[in-house]
Amino acid sequence: MSAAEVAIGRTPRGDRIRGALFKAALVFSVAIGFVLLGTLLVQVVQKGIAYLDPLFFTNPQSADPAKAGARPAILGTLYMMGMLLVMAVPIGIGTALYLEEYADRERWYNRALEVNIQNLAAVPSIVYGILGLAFLVRGLGLGRVLLAGAMILTLLVLPIVIVASREAIRAVPDSIRQGAYALGATQWQVVWRQVLPAAIPGIATGSILALARAIGETAPLLLVGALTYVAVDPTPLGSFTVLPVQIYQWISRPQEEFRLLAAAGIIVLLAILLTMNAFAIWLRNRYQRRW
Amino acid sequence: MTANDATSRVQPAIRLHAERRRFGEDAVKGVLAACALVSVATTVGIVVALLVPSLEFFREISPLEFFSGSTWAPLFKPAHFGVLPLVAGTLVVTFWAAVVCMPFGLGSAIYLSEYARPRVRRILKPALEVLAGIPTVVYGFFALTFFTPFLKDLGTGVGTFNVLSAGLVMGVMLIPTVASISEDAMAAVPQDLRDGAYGLGASRLQVSTRVVVPAAISGIIASYVLAISRAVGETMIVVIAAGTLAQLTLDPREQSETMSAFIAATGIGDVPTGSIEYKTIFAVGLTLFCLTLVMNVVAIRLVRRFREAYE
Repeated sequence: MSAAEVAIGRTPRGDRIRGALFKAALVFSVAIGFVLLGTLLVQVVQKGIAYLDPLFFTNPQSADPAKAGARPAILGTLYMMGMLLVMAVPIGIGTALYLEEYADRERWYNRALEVNIQNLAAVPSIVYGILGLAFLVRGLGLGRVLLAGAMILTLLVLPIVIVASREAIRAVPDSIRQGAYALGATQWQVVWRQVLPAAIPGIATGSILALARAIGETAPLLLVGALTYVAVDPTPLGSFTVLPVQIYQWISRPQEEFRLLAAAGIIVLLAILLTMNAFAIWLRNRYQRRW
Repeated sequence: MTANDATSRVQPAIRLHAERRRFGEDAVKGVLAACALVSVATTVGIVVALLVPSLEFFREISPLEFFSGSTWAPLFKPAHFGVLPLVAGTLVVTFWAAVVCMPFGLGSAIYLSEYARPRVRRILKPALEVLAGIPTVVYGFFALTFFTPFLKDLGTGVGTFNVLSAGLVMGVMLIPTVASISEDAMAAVPQDLRDGAYGLGASRLQVSTRVVVPAAISGIIASYVLAISRAVGETMIVVIAAGTLAQLTLDPREQSETMSAFIAATGIGDVPTGSIEYKTIFAVGLTLFCLTLVMNVVAIRLVRRFREAYE
């Protein structure tokens, strides 16, 4: 056996063991999240399933855990979703179209706008709550109403909608735009009839994920007053509560029964979020085109 | 006649532009720009909303007392406005979150980028993102009703509300944040570098730790900074599981209040507008905002650097 053959031969045993240990550590890193997720789901279902009866969906809050339900909170969450769809999505798409199709990248203000959006995406959600408290609830005198909550969550998820929409718009190949221009279309005709229809699946997927994020948000809504006793169905300009806030309210009560109610609320909330996520994934797989 | 012929032979210049500016086109651009302005207005709004009441607050309470005082009791008589206990609470929670999310996030990223087969990665990546999509109030519930009792059973001597449980659970929540940004950075490392190392006989372990991680280091640091920034601003887990008692302690088994938890706990109550208690929300909010802003700017810079380096 020549020296060269010895040199290229099998990996030394120490190296192989080290490699195996390292791989095991990596697998453990990935697994830890799933272990926690699994435990969490089992815990929540075990605790909450008993309280998940029809009463839970039809009754309002109550001091008696046996009678307490989440009807106003569930309706509040659904209304919130509708209002976000009307406010956050159009503004987000508008901003994305401006940045991708109209803005001149060389101008300082357009670059500043991009940096600004990146920064906003990382501002803690509670700070948005302060913004809502100062301007909407107290400043504008809007009061602690659903509309104020929806406006705050709109601002909160706007960066997510913008980033997702921009990516979808950027993925539309330039040849489509050039083709339309060559046929004499104006810029808006190109955007409205060619770019947007081609980008819609990506935009929709991103928007749904952003809405899902907003639906689970609690902290900023505490500051705009979602933590109130609401026994009637919510209206846009009335006091309101939403599922996560209702869950928090139940958690913060000392009695064990309310903790179980909170678990039931979490099941409903996670079911809503799971449905939205599944829908987004389906949408992406069904409609997204590769150019 | 000849002159007339000459002019008729001259072709009219072909106009590539429209005859007149189209009003509709300009209007559309204006509307879209207005949408973009909403983001600018948000930033301005946040700064104004935080700054104005904070300035009023600092007119009554000296910044020296605020930033160096070790007692936080704004609702008591006599009131104390030392923010250090809140800062300490925030740092301790963040520390324990970092202990979990940094190694395991990086480990997940290396696994996804260097070890997992493409098919496994396509399933694992979105599955890991599910962790980031669970509402924080749910993590708070989990920390309070399962993880704290679990820690108690282990004999750690934690209280019903404690920083340790909140921090560790938050750390797991942040694993996808670290993993996805780090993995992006590792994906941007050119395959040539890996091939070169493999060609020299390096093992997968050596390629991962001595080639890929150093080459992706700015992205990894960015992911750490971003995760820490999110831990600092995270509210619900702390409010639920770590308690709302501001005390200057580094013992993670005790309860403690963070800046975000104070803002939430005070904002829930109906404090009268203009009172000093009301203004504390904004002074603490401003401190929190500045802290996270600095970290975010650093992270964004670092991400841009790794994008530029290899693309």
